[in-house]
Amino acid sequence: MRQLPRWTMLVAALSLGALFVWPMWKIVLYAPQYPTGVEMHIWINKIGGNEPGVLQNINILNHYVGMKFIEPDSIPELKYFQYIIMAMMALGVWVALLNRRPLFLGWAVLMTLLAIAGLYDFYLWEYDYGHNLSPDAPIKIPGASFQPPLIGYKQILNFDAVSLPHIAGYFAGAGIALAYLAWWLHKKFSK
Amino acid sequence: MQNQFRIRWAIAAVIAMAILPAFFSGCGGPAVKTGALSGDEASRVYVKPGEYDEFYAFISGGFSGQLSVYGIPSGRLLKVIPVFSLDAEKGYGFNEETKPLLNTSHGFIPWDDSHHPELSQTDGETDGRWCFINGNNTPRIARIDLSTFETTEIIEIPNSGGNHSSPFTTENTEYVVAGTRFGVPYPQKDVEIASYAENFKGMLSFISVDKESGRMDVAFQVLLPAFNYDLAHSGKGKSHGWTFFTSYNTELKNTLLEVNASQNDKDFVAAINWKKAEEYIKQGKFKEIPANYAHNVYDEASHVATTTMKKTVKVLIPEECPGLVYFLPTPKSPHGVDVDPTGEYIVGSGKLSADLTVHSFTKVLAAIEKKSFETTIAGVPVLKYDEITAGVVQKPGLGPLHTEFDGKGNAYTTFFISSEVVKWKVGTWEVVDRAPCYYSVGHLMIPGGDSKKPDGKYLVAMNKITKDRYLPTGPELTQSAQLYDISGDKMKLLLDFPTIGEPHYAQGIAATKIVPRSKKIYPLEENKHPYRAMGEKDAKVVREGNVVRVYMTMIRSHFAPDNIQGIKVGDKVYFHVTNLEQDWDTPHGFSVLGAQNAELLIMPGQTETLLWEPKSVGVFPFYCTDFCSALHQEMQGYIRVSAAGANVPLKWSLGEDIVQ
Repeated sequence: MRQLPRWTMLVAALSLGALFVWPMWKIVLYAPQYPTGVEMHIWINKIGGNEPGVLQNINILNHYVGMKFIEPDSIPELKYFQYIIMAMMALGVWVALLNRRPLFLGWAVLMTLLAIAGLYDFYLWEYDYGHNLSPDAPIKIPGASFQPPLIGYKQILNFDAVSLPHIAGYFAGAGIALAYLAWWLHKKFSK
Repeated sequence: MQNQFRIRWAIAAVIAMAILPAFFSGCGGPAVKTGALSGDEASRVYVKPGEYDEFYAFISGGFSGQLSVYGIPSGRLLKVIPVFSLDAEKGYGFNEETKPLLNTSHGFIPWDDSHHPELSQTDGETDGRWCFINGNNTPRIARIDLSTFETTEIIEIPNSGGNHSSPFTTENTEYVVAGTRFGVPYPQKDVEIASYAENFKGMLSFISVDKESGRMDVAFQVLLPAFNYDLAHSGKGKSHGWTFFTSYNTELKNTLLEVNASQNDKDFVAAINWKKAEEYIKQGKFKEIPANYAHNVYDEASHVATTTMKKTVKVLIPEECPGLVYFLPTPKSPHGVDVDPTGEYIVGSGKLSADLTVHSFTKVLAAIEKKSFETTIAGVPVLKYDEITAGVVQKPGLGPLHTEFDGKGNAYTTFFISSEVVKWKVGTWEVVDRAPCYYSVGHLMIPGGDSKKPDGKYLVAMNKITKDRYLPTGPELTQSAQLYDISGDKMKLLLDFPTIGEPHYAQGIAATKIVPRSKKIYPLEENKHPYRAMGEKDAKVVREGNVVRVYMTMIRSHFAPDNIQGIKVGDKVYFHVTNLEQDWDTPHGFSVLGAQNAELLIMPGQTETLLWEPKSVGVFPFYCTDFCSALHQEMQGYIRVSAAGANVPLKWSLGEDIVQ
């Protein structure tokens, strides 16, 4: 049992690996013509969908109202954020090996801050896509913005937009929670 | 003198046949004319908006040359698949890619008469991979891919005239067959028509089907007397390895057949042992005969069809191949030949006979074993009627045509003259129910009803005449299909619905066997069309002499390029248009003013080509014909045509960017 905090910390660090296996976030657009929804997937290093062609389909829809094309190549976060995650995984493993309680907390807090920063960054991109509209847009709706919800549900013109974490997002969240748990367990077992 | 008398007598008989049904219906035959519906029929065929039908029905388009797809039980038309005839709506046979599909040894043939759809089978059960259908007039067989619902292959049948007994499949789709309805001179030559008996032959063909690709090939033909081979079905289960063809005109006449070909008391069912044929082919006991027939294949990756002319065919001659063919005497010009799900019973519908004859496959084998033959015709032993017959359905109706089975021990036979479907028990041969058809039913279909595993829930009867059944539409009226519930003891009419062309045969299959395989798009990255444009960066215009190739793309809601100039009168302009969409149900159309062919209707990821030959100078519009988006109406462009000698440079553009 004495090793439990250390193992928990190790699992916390490794759970970030899910970010390289599954998408971390999804935005699904529902409309009568899209009965199964257009489901965009945001990965740590790319943008895809539940089937091929989703990004193109979303860009086609967006261009009617003058939104910029979502071009993964022009989003620098998709390039460097994966290295931060790799570094955090390495750091987490190292922390688990050292098995020092303050370091557990330090890793957990650092990850929490990174997650908040990531979500804020996501919000800024959403704001930019939703507000920075082309003056030549075929369809102009005064005062309207097309920013998708950060998390949850929002109606955007004829679409119901739902934004939620995807598999890897839950893994990452669980990883952070596990790190706090490891910190708490460490205290419990060292009594 | 005697001949004249005979003809007169026969005409009188035919007239009697036409009048008889009136008497027949008067004595407890078909029920009352209106066939009044009782109870909850409407709810039985009601498929709620947005919900799916339980079955697909593939119903032949008859003289439209096409194949229609309906949902059962709603009777809703889902698609008309162009097969043997031009279809301007889809650009089929008009665009450069599909033109080769209609090539034959007689050149480009824009029409045919399609009769019998046949689904591919695995282990005697429909598998939902392909649907075959025959072209009757210029003998051909087509294969439709059921993942795309498009015609992907057409093969011409040599030495044949009227490809009617076709394309019935064997148990594992080893072969689909093709029998000639007309005797034709063999080899084809300029002879007296009256020399029919001497110079004409009847060829039965076996078309092999590749297990993986579905690719067809004329594997071999069997040379027989010039009877008229009417319909066919292959054996299954215990009779797997055999195919049965009905024949009429065993009198070998070439004129006034309605009388002259109705004289013999019995005609034949030709039973071909195709496993034996395979042995003879292996032993080299065939003749390689010069021939000329087209084989057209549509390649799904390049989206282009190509034609190969084949120059020989393997022919087996019964005299040299004992055990290959037997004739089963069957009364009075049998039309349909249908094998029950066990493979034991072979129903020969003598269409001019008062009774329905059922042969036993076991008895056929026993008679062959004993060599108990009545006679031999052209090297083919004729079995004895009494020795091979399992039973006779006594006086079931008038003009029996076709039989299908429900897998519960019942058979259902259509009667053209008495206009009804009659249900009878296999084995006891007793009639247990009858239901009227409106009017003059031809084929019938039970999903899987000619396979080892029928889905005995619904029966579709297809009628030749509708008269007063629908709102009148002038002299030309629709034909119809009628849906019966056969789940109970009594057949129950649920619905009738109009069909395209003339529905002959049909095939039905559970939707669950097809839906999961149905494609939504063609992946763009798999597009191998020689003139594809994989993105707007590939859009360009290239001149090669007086041929101009426009590599054009389409995506909601513009063409690239959409302004083109430098075209001259006398040019042949090929619009190679690629639909860049990768979303479900986003086809785009393309049409240009003055095109003498048709539109293009291009599916996501596909490339199609329209040839346009401008005849005068001017600036001509082109546009998208399939309402694609909110800005569909804006999806348009211009092409400028200058005089033949003009030196307007070739230029193209989209928006403000000059692509050149």
